[in-house]
Amino acid sequence: MSRRNVPRWPVWLTLIGAAALMTLPLPDALTAYRPAWATLVLIYWIMMWPGRFGLGTGWAIGLLLDVLQGATLGQHALALTVVAYITLRFHLQIRIFPLWQLTATVFALLGLEAFILFWIDGVAGNPPAGAARWSQVVTGAVLWPFAMAIMDRLRERLERRDARFA
Amino acid sequence: MALSTPESDQRGFRDPGNGLRFAVVCALSIALMVADNRVNLLQDIRRVLAAAAFPLQVLVDSPAALGRWLGEAGATRSRLLTENEALRATSLEQSGQLQRLAALEAENERLRALLDSTAKVGDRVLIAEIMSVDMDPFRQRVVINKGSQDDAFIGQALIDADGVVGQITRDQIFSSQAILITDAEHALPVEVLRTRQRTIANGTGQLDRLSLPFLPRNTDIAVGDLLVTSGLGGIFPPGYPVAVISKVATDSGTEFLSVEAEPAAALSRVREVLLIWPGNQTPTDLLDPATEIAPDPALPEPTDSAAPESGQEASEPEAAPADGDQA
Repeated sequence: MSRRNVPRWPVWLTLIGAAALMTLPLPDALTAYRPAWATLVLIYWIMMWPGRFGLGTGWAIGLLLDVLQGATLGQHALALTVVAYITLRFHLQIRIFPLWQLTATVFALLGLEAFILFWIDGVAGNPPAGAARWSQVVTGAVLWPFAMAIMDRLRERLERRDARFA
Repeated sequence: MALSTPESDQRGFRDPGNGLRFAVVCALSIALMVADNRVNLLQDIRRVLAAAAFPLQVLVDSPAALGRWLGEAGATRSRLLTENEALRATSLEQSGQLQRLAALEAENERLRALLDSTAKVGDRVLIAEIMSVDMDPFRQRVVINKGSQDDAFIGQALIDADGVVGQITRDQIFSSQAILITDAEHALPVEVLRTRQRTIANGTGQLDRLSLPFLPRNTDIAVGDLLVTSGLGGIFPPGYPVAVISKVATDSGTEFLSVEAEPAAALSRVREVLLIWPGNQTPTDLLDPATEIAPDPALPEPTDSAAPESGQEASEPEAAPADGDQA
């Protein structure tokens, strides 16, 4: 498969960029609605290129988020590993879903991630975050189609370039 | 081509090894969390990881930094002149007050010498900048651009020109994470300046509000009272302004007053903070309750005038300790 030669670094760049985007300061009114960009990007790449990105990717990006957000080390890592595993397990089904169904799946995955983070916070004794934790799940799902369109374009460009050089 | 299913994809789908890997990675994450939360084993690892992620934070901070730089570079001459004039006026005013402070400090030190207690003054400070980098959106944490490289340490107090801002929770190499006093997890030992009533100010999770729980209903406390750090707890040096009481209410159903205070520092706008290295803090802290008894009636008078100036004492780091030493 020609995909074997596709370079990995642009994908890592998008993943790290998405993690950085989650620390970009927003106006106070909007912080509660900041989507989990890193999760969206991670789901996309695992779904599209499952042979190259998987559990390890999710874990590494989760660890990066833990460090950036000052959370308990391993909290986001665990949540994103679970999301990565489910995406990997069902990528063949998810990939051929129509867009609305795919968006619903992403919504469920984001909700699961938020729940795991919420649970760990509870076990670790951190104060609960209230409604803000759940509003960002909705924003994430709403923005998924747009994020996907952008990522599709990037992926097609990478694959085309690969076909040229292969 | 995109949706084709090459062998690698099917292997990913069927491979039972994936479940095992999943279990291993999950166990690893949980082990990390336990180690981080319970035993504090991972401080060094975290320091290294944070140092590795620092360039990313600088990158995220850069648009805001560029905006500030452009704002300064593009400032008009007339605005700069007005600003300069205003600054000169405040500087003059404050140095006038500072002269009085020097005399007061000397007097305070003499009195404390009579009581066999160590002098309080002489904190070392360093200016740090809060980076425009958001942390956990549900908590009030900030990143500052000074780390263990600059001798910052865990538990170090942060203040700004108006009052206490927070304390450092993680000293990384090039940066530090700090918790604001209004974070729901933060509690700060304070005293009411007017009555020397000691209590605790808890964060509420809202940037403009602290709450003072467990004050009995007959406590002498009123709206407008200034709260200063009491120095108990050993983290914040005593005498820095914290908040002004904004609401005192008695609910007939409860045993305690419900008291709220508004932080003195402008926590939502603050950009530059001062890191404090307490001079010789431990002995004073131990003696504080004892020394409090004797000068109680006379105290409100001098401390009242000294309190607004403690911010300036910090903004003139060189002058304050030097004067204290001469006396």
